[in-house]
Amino acid sequence: MIDLTYFKEQFEQLQLEDADEHIAAIRKQSFDTFNKAGLPTFHTEEWKYTGISSLFNQTYAQIGHTITAADVAALRMPGHHKANELVFVNGRFDFSLSNILSSDTEMKVLSLKDAVNGEYRDLVGKHLNKSTEYIKDGIHALNGAFITEGVFIHILKGKIPHHPIYVYHILDSRQHHTLAQPRSLIYVDENSKLQLTETYVTLGSSDSFCNEVLEIVVEQNAIVEYYKIQNDTANASQVSTTHIRQVGRSYVHTVAITLNGGIVRNNMNLILDATGNEAHLYGLYLLRGKTHADNHTLIDNRKPECFSNQLYKGIADDSSTAVFNGRIMVQPDAQKTNSFQSNKNILLSDNATINTKPQLEIFADDVKCSHGCTVGQLDEEALFYLRARGIPKEKAEVLLLQAYSADVLAHIKPMAIRAYVEKLIYEHLSIV
Amino acid sequence: MYMLSIKNIHANVEGKEILKGINLEIKPGEVHAIMGPNGSGKSTLASVLAGREEYEVTEGEVSFLNKNLLELSPEDRAREGLFLAFQYPVEIPGVSTTNFIKAAVNEKRKYHGLEPLDSVSFLKIMKEKMALVEIDQSLLSRSINEGFSGGEKKRNEIFQMAMLEPKLAILDETDSGLDIDALRIVANGINKLHNPERAVLVITHYQRLLEYIQPDFVHVLYNGRIVKSGTKELALELEEKGYDFITDEVDLTAE
Repeated sequence: MIDLTYFKEQFEQLQLEDADEHIAAIRKQSFDTFNKAGLPTFHTEEWKYTGISSLFNQTYAQIGHTITAADVAALRMPGHHKANELVFVNGRFDFSLSNILSSDTEMKVLSLKDAVNGEYRDLVGKHLNKSTEYIKDGIHALNGAFITEGVFIHILKGKIPHHPIYVYHILDSRQHHTLAQPRSLIYVDENSKLQLTETYVTLGSSDSFCNEVLEIVVEQNAIVEYYKIQNDTANASQVSTTHIRQVGRSYVHTVAITLNGGIVRNNMNLILDATGNEAHLYGLYLLRGKTHADNHTLIDNRKPECFSNQLYKGIADDSSTAVFNGRIMVQPDAQKTNSFQSNKNILLSDNATINTKPQLEIFADDVKCSHGCTVGQLDEEALFYLRARGIPKEKAEVLLLQAYSADVLAHIKPMAIRAYVEKLIYEHLSIV
Repeated sequence: MYMLSIKNIHANVEGKEILKGINLEIKPGEVHAIMGPNGSGKSTLASVLAGREEYEVTEGEVSFLNKNLLELSPEDRAREGLFLAFQYPVEIPGVSTTNFIKAAVNEKRKYHGLEPLDSVSFLKIMKEKMALVEIDQSLLSRSINEGFSGGEKKRNEIFQMAMLEPKLAILDETDSGLDIDALRIVANGINKLHNPERAVLVITHYQRLLEYIQPDFVHVLYNGRIVKSGTKELALELEEKGYDFITDEVDLTAE
């Protein structure tokens, strides 16, 4: 049985320590939701194929960490010397370990607390926690109940920062089980561009659980490129929610790569809230061992003439499980919507599982929507062809899986990140 | 003495017996042609030799360079020096032809205890062989066979053969779907590679490829058995009279 009194104590203590009234109000509201909703179970439709209650059968320490700059240096991604590096440790944004290269005439990086207490009070008030309109479950509320030391980023109007943003979520599980609940809000102003890559690293062999919420608001004529790389250890689980609202006519491009991990749940929400929005969502999951990866996407077409395209591909080997749930909503106002979705899977083992479900809810009559999903196996003819040229079976399989991944990887625009992911994939697939 | 020795091979596909006792011996330097009507088992024989797993050998044995061929994996057969030019080469999107051939060449070298080729030596050899089969660089930088025409796919097969320098090349209906120019180029490529150490087994339905590649022996495969063997004149006779003159005779004897 899950003991939620632990969270009650923690919550009450946090409300005393960190008394900013606006954030405290969000926390209070979220905690009430958490109390009422509890943790999602298999009976919750949205969580039918992904159980996270097992993650709450233990206590997590909420104590200080001993991560040093040297620890961070060891896990940096290629291209880091030209990137703004933001470091979260155990879910808390750590300014001293971060490195901001861009000037504050292009981009401002503040703690959520500073943002809400200064010039961004109204802006943060308007946009923080809007994701609860779409996600009403207890695990999402749990993040809201513990908002503290989050980050706020403003990409200034008309600016295309020279340096991309890399976010590292480091979980220090060398001594204790770690629970991290990072929280971020990014405001991408008119005519500006955000390029963001996020990755997750657990240190140590105790369990870690990262319950992340990232909210991005995209204004008129802005561009967002967002890359998520999940290649953590088998003892690292996460629920990762990315809630992107395109409030002005804008362009969003996301790629989520899931390789290694324990239980991984991604909620990728795109709210198309202005006429003519465009969004491209890509995902690739290559699962081995016991990894469970669940990609839930939601596209809410609220205004006319929006375009969205989704391509999620993956493999499930060993006793891994892959889940894809692609929900497309077309509201009554959203005439002339074009929304396409494709999910392709390869099952490599008798013990692996794939669940894939498109979910279309269309309330307008002049729309084009399509969805398709496939579950297949490696092309035996291709495998034999490679072997007949002297390439051993294991290598031939890796080659074919790399090839299978290629049309998603092609959408990783920064070359340094793409090469990095290709290398991770090669290493991941080559382990016998 | 014999490079390849096939003794009384029987093979099933999905429980149905396709090969019903094949005997064939090939010496280094020889060119053999196997002809026969559709459905006689020609491609099955090629598949069995290359190691396709869905073909079950129920009886008989095959030795290749004094090794038990049937015990080797498809990749080991290739590395030992057996090459199958596919009747229908597969398109493999996402795998570059050049990288694939480099991997194949180096796997073979590794198997024989040789160092892998560095990029410069590899490119040098590639340029030579490209000229041999008149294949264009632009094809090789594309994914394997992706969007290739029928002729380009066959030429790519012969190019791979040139790069891998096999001891025994099995050409499975390499002439099918080729126009006369492509046929000539493919045949020239094969002839240039042919030498006293290498043997070639040409599987074909028509005689026309044999106008370019002179076989030492011609065998007629019918209903899973070799029913007639002869020299290249047999191919001409088949072209003239059709397969009926042999198959009728066999069917008659069977009754």
